Amino acid sequence: MSEWLEICRLDDIPRLGARVVEHPDGNIAIFRTKDDRVFALDDRCPHKGGPLSQGIVFDHKVACPLHDWVIDLEKGEAVPPDEGCTHRHPVRVENGLVYLSLARASAAA
Amino acid sequence: MAKERLVLIGNGMAGVRTLEELLKLDPERYEITVFGAEPYPNYNRIMLSPVLAGEKTVDEIILNDRQWYEDNGITLHTGDPVVAIDRRRRVVRAESGLEAPYDRLLLATGSLPFIIPLPGADLQGVLGFRDIADVEAMLQAARQYEKAVVIGGGLLGLEAANGLMKQGMDVTVVHLLDTLMEKQLDPPAAALLKRSLEERGLKFRMPAQTTEIRGDGRVQAVAFADGTELPADLVVMAVGIRPNIELAQRAGIYCERGVVVNDTLQTFDPRVYAVGECVQHRGKTYGLVAPLFEQAKVCANHLAGLGYARYAGSVTSTKLKVTGIDLFSAGEFNEGEGDETLVLQDPARGMYKKLVVRDDRIKGAVLYGDTMDGSWYFQLMRDGADISDFRHTILFGQHDVGDAGHGDEKTRVMALPDDAEICGCNGVCKGEIVDAIVTKGLFTLEEVRAHTKASSSCGSCTGLVEALLASTVGEGYDASPKKKPLCGCTEYTHDEVRKAIVDHQLKSIPEVMRFMEWKTPDGCSKCRPALNFYLVVAWPGEYADDYRSRFINERVHANIQKDGTYSVVPRIFGGETSPAQLRAIAEIAEKWEVPTVKVTGGQRIDLLGVKKEQLPGIWGDLARAGFVSGHAYGKAIRTVKTCVGSEWCRFGTQDSTTMGIEIEKMTWGSWMPHKVKMAVSGCPRNCAEATIKDLGVVAVDSGWEIHVGGNGGIKVRVTDFLVKVETMEEVLEYTAAFLQLYREEAHYLERTAPWVERVGLHYIKERIVDDADNRKRLAERFLESQKYAQIDPWKERAEGADRHEFEPIRLIQGVA
Repeated sequence: MSEWLEICRLDDIPRLGARVVEHPDGNIAIFRTKDDRVFALDDRCPHKGGPLSQGIVFDHKVACPLHDWVIDLEKGEAVPPDEGCTHRHPVRVENGLVYLSLARASAAA
Repeated sequence: MAKERLVLIGNGMAGVRTLEELLKLDPERYEITVFGAEPYPNYNRIMLSPVLAGEKTVDEIILNDRQWYEDNGITLHTGDPVVAIDRRRRVVRAESGLEAPYDRLLLATGSLPFIIPLPGADLQGVLGFRDIADVEAMLQAARQYEKAVVIGGGLLGLEAANGLMKQGMDVTVVHLLDTLMEKQLDPPAAALLKRSLEERGLKFRMPAQTTEIRGDGRVQAVAFADGTELPADLVVMAVGIRPNIELAQRAGIYCERGVVVNDTLQTFDPRVYAVGECVQHRGKTYGLVAPLFEQAKVCANHLAGLGYARYAGSVTSTKLKVTGIDLFSAGEFNEGEGDETLVLQDPARGMYKKLVVRDDRIKGAVLYGDTMDGSWYFQLMRDGADISDFRHTILFGQHDVGDAGHGDEKTRVMALPDDAEICGCNGVCKGEIVDAIVTKGLFTLEEVRAHTKASSSCGSCTGLVEALLASTVGEGYDASPKKKPLCGCTEYTHDEVRKAIVDHQLKSIPEVMRFMEWKTPDGCSKCRPALNFYLVVAWPGEYADDYRSRFINERVHANIQKDGTYSVVPRIFGGETSPAQLRAIAEIAEKWEVPTVKVTGGQRIDLLGVKKEQLPGIWGDLARAGFVSGHAYGKAIRTVKTCVGSEWCRFGTQDSTTMGIEIEKMTWGSWMPHKVKMAVSGCPRNCAEATIKDLGVVAVDSGWEIHVGGNGGIKVRVTDFLVKVETMEEVLEYTAAFLQLYREEAHYLERTAPWVERVGLHYIKERIVDDADNRKRLAERFLESQKYAQIDPWKERAEGADRHEFEPIRLIQGVA
């Protein structure tokens, strides 16, 4: 039922970096970690809506550029003691291409 | 695989702190069992004095309740002391007969009060002062009896005596010497303390040697060497503590005065570790809380298998926990030959301050009556800081010297209501902070920052938060600055990391992390920007800037705003512009529909509300009009503000505008530890406000004055005068040298103002003013690095560099 969208090549995303996928319901940040894992999260920090895609990526985490909240990319949750959660989206990498599924986002919409 | 088993003997502060540190590092590694002799969960032993004085209850000093043990999967046996360790079978046996096997054993058996083997020491009513049971026995006695004698005029004895007096007893302190607290105080301070305690109703008999405790079943009197006698219903022996090593000794673990451990807190049996008051490390034993916490951290590091932390011993300071008496002592407070003594004394106010100074460095301090600056003196002492620049005012305290955020805060903060805002950046009130400290058991500034956000932004309320910590947790809070690691990913300090980069020719972030054994795979948002900067400074032209380790502003060369748009500030050298420049900016702003155009405080023009994807386009237009980046977004040279100077002004003595333009042309593009703002004024009227800048130049009739280390932001700080020179060439050379020294030696994110205060103006003068060769070398290194730095980042990006950074991915299918 989920529809996988091909969005870019893995190499289009810098390692320890992110790209932004524009979406009418709010942008989605696609992160690539040092070990080449890829994560997709709403590009909004649960704190004050800062664009997470612009943060510094380390380990499987990103630090929000506005107030330095740290968000766990795997869980979408703020690292304690901060509290909050950002919506995750399924993402997978095959043959060097990155696919994103917006099934849950559209189901929620 | 089954988990390894860790057994902790001793449920006190040192042992449980070690567990807390261990759980932070590796919560899953061990199955943990704790044995405690007392029937309580872990409590704050240093707060027993306030409990005895009736200022706190036992419940209030519990640090970790039983739920905490349960939540962390720890098996807790209270009221069941371990009586034997079988190291061959690796099993401990408790009094109840319970046995627990271990793979690793942690000894934290603490200390025992030293009971003088006097005749009668075993009578009923003779107590030590060590645990909750002792306190309860004392409280019980205070309800039934009248006369108490405390043997021992040290820290512990005086706290016990004060508590018993508060409980209504008639208390006499017996001390062998004629100076109270002789391990912490010099005779004048001890005399002030004695007077003040006498005013409160304590009696003293000193010097006096106790020879016997007399009584029939229960104590009735204390007898002295001079033949006299003092009636007593209760005797508290507080002459000292000794490490509790009996269990370890019986198990054949090597002990001297304490259980002997190495720098990793390991005993002679490699499976057995020991921390706290039972330990003897490098020949020293400790009875204060700060060293225990340092040991706990190191021990946990090894228990977690990380294996790189080392304990090198502690420097300690002391405060007396008797409400209303402020007393602080540290280091060698009795002067030796060749030492100088600085003393400030006001007998009427009961105030006494003494610093022992050797070679312009503090060796020891005794403060009585006004201890607000104790932690500052202690820091100067530990850092070995040169105090020659401010020794004439040092006794008046830190607020009289400069400002790193302290002032009269401790007394102020006590009087504040709960709803008083402490942290203006994050809107945190006193009540919230105190509540977090109490309910979450916070001990350090870092913990308060993490849990409440107070003091985590601009840092100007740090002093207030520290004062709140000190007043809330009492002695458990150790205000003395420790060796502060660069961030949580390493144990090394900024200085150690910088030195290693140069000494070992480390030329990339992964190399530094590997060499210095970083704890995390790729650092964090704190250390990576710092390392990137240190490498930029160390290897100009050679190191390839890691833009993934730069904060967003420096990565995209624009300043992120709260709505995610950016501001663009083109450089206007010296703040002098032209109709053509203004026309170009106006046209570009119109073309890109820039919502707000603003004149900045640094004499430039700010274009606000630019979308990220517009940035390369707007930069291309600005570059074509002859502008370069103004670096308004970076830890870099910002602006050189100028007045119009002698070219127009009827008071101007020199051409300050040209000087400002030349300085800015020389310095633009350089990365710095933090932002750097400069200014040039054409006469001492100082219209460019040069004396609150990182570097300010003020023209006088005969030349130029150079001032450094000013700040007009969070804490206003007036510059220090560095030197007066005659020519523009000299101004440029001094400027380059000062900036390079700052680049090479300050910590990342340290402005010039705190840096100058930390290292001392004296030091900077030594390097730049007194040593002409060194000044020239510094200036040369600055100019060399500028060859690689003065490349306009905007033009590069307008021409396509880092394109992916500015282009979003658009979905072609599936949406809309």
